[in-house]
This record gives sequence, structure tokens and C-alpha cells, in this order.
Amino acid sequence: MLTKSFQSSRKDIVLAENISFFYVRGHRLLDGISFSLAEGDILTILGPNGSGKSTLLDCVCGISPLKGGRVSVCGESVSSLSPVELARRVGYVPQLHAPAFDFPVRDYVVMGRAPYLGLLEAPGRREYEMTDAALESMGIAHLARKLCSEISGGERQQVQIARALVQEPKVILLDEPTSHLDYGNQIKVLKLVADLSDRGVTVILTTHVPDHPILLDGKVGVLDGKGGMRTGSVSEIIDERSLRDMYSVDLRLIYIEEMQRTACVIGKLSGAQGFAEKMLEV
Amino acid sequence: MLKKIFESDAVLFAALATATFALFVAGMAVGRFRVPVGETARILASGAVALERTWTPQMENVVLKIRLPRLFGALLVGGSLALSGAAYQAVFKNPLVSPDLLGVSSGACVGASAAILMHWGALAIQLSALFMGLIAVVVTTAIPRFFRNDTTPMLVLSGVIVTGFMTSLQGLLKYSADPLDELPSIVYWAMGSLGAIKASDIRVMGPAITLVMIALVSIRWRLNLMSLGDSEARSLGVDIKKMRGFVVFCATLLTAGAVCMSGTIGWIGLVVPHFGRLLAGHDNKRAIPASILLGASFTIIVDAFARNLTGSEIPLSILTGMIGTPLFIWLLFMQKTTI
Repeated sequence: MLTKSFQSSRKDIVLAENISFFYVRGHRLLDGISFSLAEGDILTILGPNGSGKSTLLDCVCGISPLKGGRVSVCGESVSSLSPVELARRVGYVPQLHAPAFDFPVRDYVVMGRAPYLGLLEAPGRREYEMTDAALESMGIAHLARKLCSEISGGERQQVQIARALVQEPKVILLDEPTSHLDYGNQIKVLKLVADLSDRGVTVILTTHVPDHPILLDGKVGVLDGKGGMRTGSVSEIIDERSLRDMYSVDLRLIYIEEMQRTACVIGKLSGAQGFAEKMLEV
Repeated sequence: MLKKIFESDAVLFAALATATFALFVAGMAVGRFRVPVGETARILASGAVALERTWTPQMENVVLKIRLPRLFGALLVGGSLALSGAAYQAVFKNPLVSPDLLGVSSGACVGASAAILMHWGALAIQLSALFMGLIAVVVTTAIPRFFRNDTTPMLVLSGVIVTGFMTSLQGLLKYSADPLDELPSIVYWAMGSLGAIKASDIRVMGPAITLVMIALVSIRWRLNLMSLGDSEARSLGVDIKKMRGFVVFCATLLTAGAVCMSGTIGWIGLVVPHFGRLLAGHDNKRAIPASILLGASFTIIVDAFARNLTGSEIPLSILTGMIGTPLFIWLLFMQKTTI
């Protein structure tokens, strides 16, 4: 059920009410999850492998039909929207993967205009102008003519986000946008996510790094692996205990004065082993 | 380098259309019965404008009754196979599938052979080929889903399985065919030939195939979306089930149509789309029309060899295999394809 703290006076862009999903009957991957997000909110979803992070995103964008509950975007239930209507509201950035065909960046990004084009239409001058503007605004105009296979993983992730931007959705979902990226590119992508939020886009992303929600400083959802998700602000949800429970490693949340932020730090590897032994004893 | 030259649509399609047209005229002129190119052109033009008869009636007969339908057949068969290959590749997001690999060709071949054995009419042969082709593609795509394994090797393996089954069905049909009368015709026809195409075939199949081609060509940009994979395509507003069903149905219609006209001709559906993408890039807006024109040109060339290399006609599949396989290796090398 929707708890009091999620009900805000602002208009909800995404409202998930008591949603549940399973692949195999009897084993609920998601069970009774609720949250609400307003314009420009960022929800970062943490959870161990196999806890249903990607599935939750699939449920929000209608790829996986819900087995219970309701997701609405801008007040309309996702299940009642046609694919085109949904695509105009929700953009989706998949995990980095090598596509089967090698499109030039510009032709890849322009596909974001698909929900606004008729069945027999192909993108024209207007669509390409919007594409160029989006690439320009993200500072990657120089990639426009390159093939997707010719650019780095970090650049490809930027290109995927550019496609979602061109789609002009209210909500953008990013499935582990930082995986397979080096440290610098991970931070670059997080900055992009913050930038999306400044543009008024509501963002939901999944990640494996507890520092990411702290850096983004929005809402956090922690999947417990049993189908539930605790949602709230970073300070409400992220504490040492919950992180240790989730990842079964020794870690500390330490406020770093110089950086003016809390950081999640892992203990020494030998210490971590000792911690694991302690866990076993208990 | 090729890509640089053909970057503009105008240059690319002007070049390809001119090449196809030139090959068409040249294909009309070559053959054991010599008709000079000039005379061929005059005979063709005489249909539209009044010209002085400088040619013999035999020449006219050969050009209009034999070669013209045959060349039109080459255009239609080559274009259909290349287009259906390109469409399958986009929809199954896999540059390694083709009407042959998916088992559609062999399925359609079984359907058509069975209809021939039953001495059914032309329309029934066409429908039977389409039906078996559809069954083949449905089974081929169902097997990976059954094993919940959505990888390229699984789809290719599944195609091998279905093709294997269809080949043995074809063997059964051959075994039960009359060895004097039906067997040679089925065997020869199954190896691919444009020799039996008559003007009446073109009048029936031409418009039908053209219509299906137009349907696929007009949604070609959407094939780009499909080629990204199901969840991405869906997130861009594509109704996947409808779209995939429509594209697969149209591509199977084209393959079955081609099989009915000329028997099974291998490799065109696989190799030509690769060649098309090498010239035009991977955007289907360009790659699809380019593949159709290349498929038509390639088939005209191969058919010209089939008619003229030796005293008797060589089945087309033999030649497309001999030309297509080394060409495919070269194309894989050029595209640095990773599989």
C-alpha cells in the first residue's frame, strides 16, 4: 500500500502502487512495491544480483506486464497505454551491448523520434535537426558521423542517453548505465543523469555502487531480494547496516570533510574475510 | 572507400539502377542464339514505338517469348530473395539469417514439390509453398524460445534442424516420385532454374511479388527499430508482435514466391544483403533498396553464366553457391563481422 510519506502535493509523474511480478508462479520477484516520483526526481535502485532491478524497470516501461498492482505515468496506467503513447512518455536506456547492426551515431539517435512518426514515415530534416541539437547540448556533436562500433563504451552510453532525450519523454529509465564503464566515464554518466533531472526529466536508474545514490542525492530504492523495496531519501534508507546486509561485506559510511559528502568505503580485503567468518558464526 | 563514393542517396541509387538496367539489356542480348544488342533494344522498343523491322521473326521470338520473361524472372527472384533476407536479418536482429538458414526455402520447396507431385495448379503450388515456408519459419523461431535461449548460435542451429527435417521430407517426396517423369523435374527444379518461366508466370507473379515488396520497402526504416532488439524497439513505440508478424509473413511470401518461380536458389538471401550494407551502410532506409537492386543484378549475372557457360544449362544453385560462398568470406572480411 502507498505509505503516507510518498504522497506529495506536487503532481506525480510516476506512481507505482503495490506492484508485483513473477516469472515462475509462486516465486514473486517483485512483491507489493510502491513509490511515487515527481518531475525531475531521481530514483536510484540498489539490490544484489537477481533481486529484480532490471525487471522493475521493465515493469515501469511496460515490457513486462504486471501480475498485480498498477504503474501510472502522468496519471495514466501503463497497461492501458498503446506502445506509441507509452514511448512518448517513457524513454528506456538499455544496458550497454553491441547491437547486431552498426548504425552511424546520428542514425541511431534519430530513432528516438520513432514514436512521433507515422508507420510509413522515415525521419526527415526536422528529426535530424532535433538529433543534432541533442548531440550538441550533450557536447558529443563530433560523434555524429561515426559508427556506433567506432566509439568508446562511455561515448556509446552518452549516445544511448541522447536517443532517450530526443524521444522527449517525461521519464527516462536507465538499466545499469555505469556498468562496463571505467571510473571517469561512470562519473560522467552520473553527471548526465543529474543533468536530465535538471531538465525536468524524472529518472529511474539501477546500479551496483552504493556511492551512486549518495552522489545523485535523490531517492533510493533498496530491493531486499525477497520482492520488497524500501524507498526514501538517501539519509533515510542508506545506512551501514542495510548495505552490509545487502552485499555481505564489511563497509563504512564515512563523511569526508574535504569533499563535503558521505562516501561508502569497503574494509580491507583480509578484514572483509574475517567479517564473513563472523557472519557465518552468527 | 566504397562507402565514401556512395554516401549520397542520388549517386548510390543512380549507380545501382543504371547497373541493373544495363545488365538487364545485356542479359537479353547474350545467349546461344545470337541477337545483337542493338537489335535486342530495337525489338524491345518496338513494343512502344513503331520501328522498321530489321530483325528476323526468330529473333523476336527469342527476345520477347523466351528471354524477356526469363530476365523479368531474374529481377523478381533476385530482388525478392535479397529483400526477404534483409528483412529476416533485421527482424531477427541477426545478420546471419537468411531464407535458406531459417529453413524457409527448403520448407517452401517441400510444399511446392508436394503440390507438383499431386499435379495441382499454379495457385495451389504457390499456396502450398507459402504454407510450408511459414511452418518452417514458425518452428525455427519457436525452438530457441522453447529453450529460452535467444542467442545467434541457437537460432542458426534451429534453422539447421528445420532445414534437415525439410530436406528429408524432400527426399521422401523424391523417393515416392515417378522416376521417369516426375523425379527429374522435381530434382532439376529444386536446384534452381529460371528456364521454365513463361510470360504468363510473370503476369501472375510479377504484380503479387511487387506488391509485397512495396509493403516491405515502405516500412523499411522501422526495420532499423526492430533490429535493436525487442525491449528497445518496444520502448520506441513499436508494436513488436504485429510488426514482426507482418514482416516475417511478407518475407516468407517473397521467398515462397521466388521458390515457386525458380526453385530454391541458395545464398542470394544471405550474401546480397551483406553486400548491400557494405555499399549503403546499415541504415535499412538505404540498405533495403540497395539490396533489392543488387539481388536483381546478381541473379541476372548468375543466370547469364548458367545459360552460357556450357552446352546445357547449369542449375542456378550450383553457381550461386560457387560464387556466393567465396564472396561471403570476402564480405565478412570487409565488414570485420564479429559473430
